[in-house]
Amino acid sequence: MASPANPRAPQRFALLAIIFAGVLVVAAGVLLALGLRETPRGAAGTALASAIGGPFRLIDQNGKPFTDADLKGKWHLVFFGYTHCPDACPTALNEMSLALDRLGVKRHEVQVVFITVDPERDTPETLKSYVQSFDAPIVALTGSPQDVAQAAKGYRVFYAKHPRADGDYDMDHSAVIYVMNPEGRFTATFTPDSSADAIVQRLQKLIS
Amino acid sequence: MVFRTLAFIGPLLIAGAAMAQTGQVEVKDAWARATPGKAETGATYLTIQSPVADRLVAASTPVAKKAGLHTMTMEGSVMKMRPLSGIDVPANQPVTLKPGGMHIMLEGLNEPLQAGKSFPLTLNFEKAGQKQIEVAVEKAGAAGPGGHAGMDMPMSGKR
Repeated sequence: MASPANPRAPQRFALLAIIFAGVLVVAAGVLLALGLRETPRGAAGTALASAIGGPFRLIDQNGKPFTDADLKGKWHLVFFGYTHCPDACPTALNEMSLALDRLGVKRHEVQVVFITVDPERDTPETLKSYVQSFDAPIVALTGSPQDVAQAAKGYRVFYAKHPRADGDYDMDHSAVIYVMNPEGRFTATFTPDSSADAIVQRLQKLIS
Repeated sequence: MVFRTLAFIGPLLIAGAAMAQTGQVEVKDAWARATPGKAETGATYLTIQSPVADRLVAASTPVAKKAGLHTMTMEGSVMKMRPLSGIDVPANQPVTLKPGGMHIMLEGLNEPLQAGKSFPLTLNFEKAGQKQIEVAVEKAGAAGPGGHAGMDMPMSGKR
């Protein structure tokens, strides 16, 4: 194939090398994505743990300033969503609040935190009436678009407005429940469709 | 003579049967979750079955400004909501709208959907035309219709 008589051989080799490099990049990406789904362990996990979370300055459902410092000393379950979300967000919040209920006395060691990705429509008042419907006490946070973007960036949360033909919009957003320990360090994740039982079993192990 | 009569009546019978069939689209287990607080958005789930291929193209209800066909998909960990122009119902294959997938999104709710109550919903099918149904409102944490809620299951006791 790489016969010197063939003047196109070097070009072919270069093309193969490029394809090979491309495959490597994709493989690395897949490995990274798979790794991110797991609970961080070991040295790589420690690096990842410090990469998720971090400082934020937002406003709670009572209109009061609320920062990451207000969560220190408690385990917290952090979920980004929006109140116009018809399906996944209420499901996730409901399962989390049921899980808390089943934790018994330990439920006071865990705080559920709901951060909106739709500050335009989710005012403190909107959030207040929304989270009041769930059994567990939920801290609901909004803020200026910049402050919300800052918080989302810390948690590696992607969100984007998706306009519809009827003039309204949907929000695309990362739907991951982050488990943060009392020092504010990332510890584990749940998917938004995790059952209350799955959440409570994991939390019991983590907290004990 | 007999043959002629049959030749005349036969197509009429077939046409009659076809007409009866198009009216047979069946909608069952229609339910919605109670909505939290003053949330303006809710979702309705149901199962559609039809003896002939049909397509659900629109919905409306007096309890909300809009009732749109919608789907939720997960791309990796990113949740995406998208409007649908229609939902195909293949012949004799039930199509179920359920949490985590397709739903009829209610927007601009006049008042919260309360568990234990129900509300009317009109569905528009391409062939079967309009069909009005009653949607039962289940608890906010319900996972399915008729109180098949995962939340009330006793704990398994397993660690």
